[in-house]
Amino acid sequence: MPTWVQLVYLACAVCFILALKGLSGPRTARTGNLLGAAAAVVAVVVPFLYLDLHHVPLILLAIAVGTVGGVVGARRVQMTQMPQMVALFNGVGGGAAALVALLELKELVPDSGSVGWFTLAATAFTIAVGAISFAGSVVTFAKLQELMTSRPVVFVGLPIVFGAGLVAALVLGVLTVTSPAVWIGVVLGLLGLLLGLLLVLPVGGADVPIVISLLNAFTGLTVAAGGYILQNTLLLVAGTLVGASGTFLTLLMAKAMGRSVANILFGALKGGSTLGAGVASDRPVRSAGPEDVAILLGYADRVIIVPGYGLAVAQAQHTLRELVDVLSGRGTRVDYAIHPVAGRMPGHMNVLLAEAQVPYEQLVEMDEINGEFKHTDVVLVVGANDVVNPAAKTTPGAPIYGMPILNADEAKQVVFMKRSMRPGFAGIENELLFDPKTTLLFGDAKESLGKLLNAVKAL
Amino acid sequence: MSEPVVWLTIFVLSIFVGIEVISKVSSTLHTPLMSGANAIHGIILLGAVLVTGATDSTVALVVGLVAIVLAAVNMVGGFVVTDRMLQMFTRRKKPAATGPTTGSTTGGSAGGAV
Repeated sequence: MPTWVQLVYLACAVCFILALKGLSGPRTARTGNLLGAAAAVVAVVVPFLYLDLHHVPLILLAIAVGTVGGVVGARRVQMTQMPQMVALFNGVGGGAAALVALLELKELVPDSGSVGWFTLAATAFTIAVGAISFAGSVVTFAKLQELMTSRPVVFVGLPIVFGAGLVAALVLGVLTVTSPAVWIGVVLGLLGLLLGLLLVLPVGGADVPIVISLLNAFTGLTVAAGGYILQNTLLLVAGTLVGASGTFLTLLMAKAMGRSVANILFGALKGGSTLGAGVASDRPVRSAGPEDVAILLGYADRVIIVPGYGLAVAQAQHTLRELVDVLSGRGTRVDYAIHPVAGRMPGHMNVLLAEAQVPYEQLVEMDEINGEFKHTDVVLVVGANDVVNPAAKTTPGAPIYGMPILNADEAKQVVFMKRSMRPGFAGIENELLFDPKTTLLFGDAKESLGKLLNAVKAL
Repeated sequence: MSEPVVWLTIFVLSIFVGIEVISKVSSTLHTPLMSGANAIHGIILLGAVLVTGATDSTVALVVGLVAIVLAAVNMVGGFVVTDRMLQMFTRRKKPAATGPTTGSTTGGSAGGAV
């Protein structure tokens, strides 16, 4: 590899570091992302300049196809569907890494005598983990897109099958080193796909985003290993950066939800999990019409709004904002309480409300607002459920137990706007719904908010 | 220093850099950060181009082209979708910066927002 190429790759690696660093703060994030994209483009162009590549027209065509697919997907996706899009992009990256390693294995086999054992081990690692990441991401996509149930899927003997699969993968990995052959790589890849399925199927809805982050880190590590196989420092550095930061981010998110990663991955396997039935309860609740709720809100001094994924799905952010404006005009103090994992992914609610141009100053983070609930007259929960579920504090064994929640239960009155009594994403019932101080307003969030808005205006 | 040790050194140092650069990220940006990191590992596209450009077998060529398409989707889609999310964060800062309370919401910024 010519020196100038190595220097360009060094510059690209620096740009990737700056890109990640930029993404950790809102002011620098967009510039950082663009810098990363520019570095990626330069890095891909370089081999065409110094190598005598075969099949250049076909390669360019494939890049064009992938680019169009990526851009169309990225532009069409709605903000509410962002987590599954990230999962899908991650999955195809993992799949690509596995295929690259498989091709490299084919190249290595004829002169495997002179190839170091570590290169062969890295190849086996990339094939297996890339395939795990691909299959696992496809399952997370299906769960979030509601193509399949978002509840944990567990069958008897799953731990045994999974364990046996892991052992078999290890054996095949060792075989790849001792007597490398392409067929071993292919079998290893297929086994990786199976392991990916089995790894993610038992994970329940609310935990899926953490698994996406973990699989993201996995793909990073396969890219790093791919860099070692291909003797390319840029892949090594970029992959390692993503692997390390992704693992760290996974731990941060798990901490924000009060869970351990091991518990998320293997909790459902241990059995005895207290997952809810996922169906509506027939216990009595108190429901009211928009007029009654309007009176509650209109004569309150302090109101806190807890927005959730349901609000975004109904595209009701603008109506909600109008309602808040009217209430503020009447002298009511109104804030939005933002739970860090509201939505489908940590930080997702901020993205969704930013899309609706809700003023930044009205968004209050959980730690800042949690002390305020006891001085609050009315809490209006719109399309949220798990983030105010007291079970997180009171019910050990509940899937969300230990997760810090918004203390909506401390307010004088609680109003839930819900479509039905169906439990939230975590699949457990919310005791707060049955509390005597709770009122439910059933219906589509956008419709209900419209009626509520008119009723408040008419006061 | 032998070559494997050089690679190991780069690897270990990159781990520390990776953890260091995101250690102070707020939960507000977890989603874009995950998406941005996702886009960066799309650099496997470079690897896919290298192996595909070096092969002469038809089967390997087909597999390589599939890998290129997948990797390009990962890389290009990842960067575009991250940019879309981040656009929203920059847009909502404008009313805050021009409003009467300029400075209070951007308290940590060094240069001021306007």
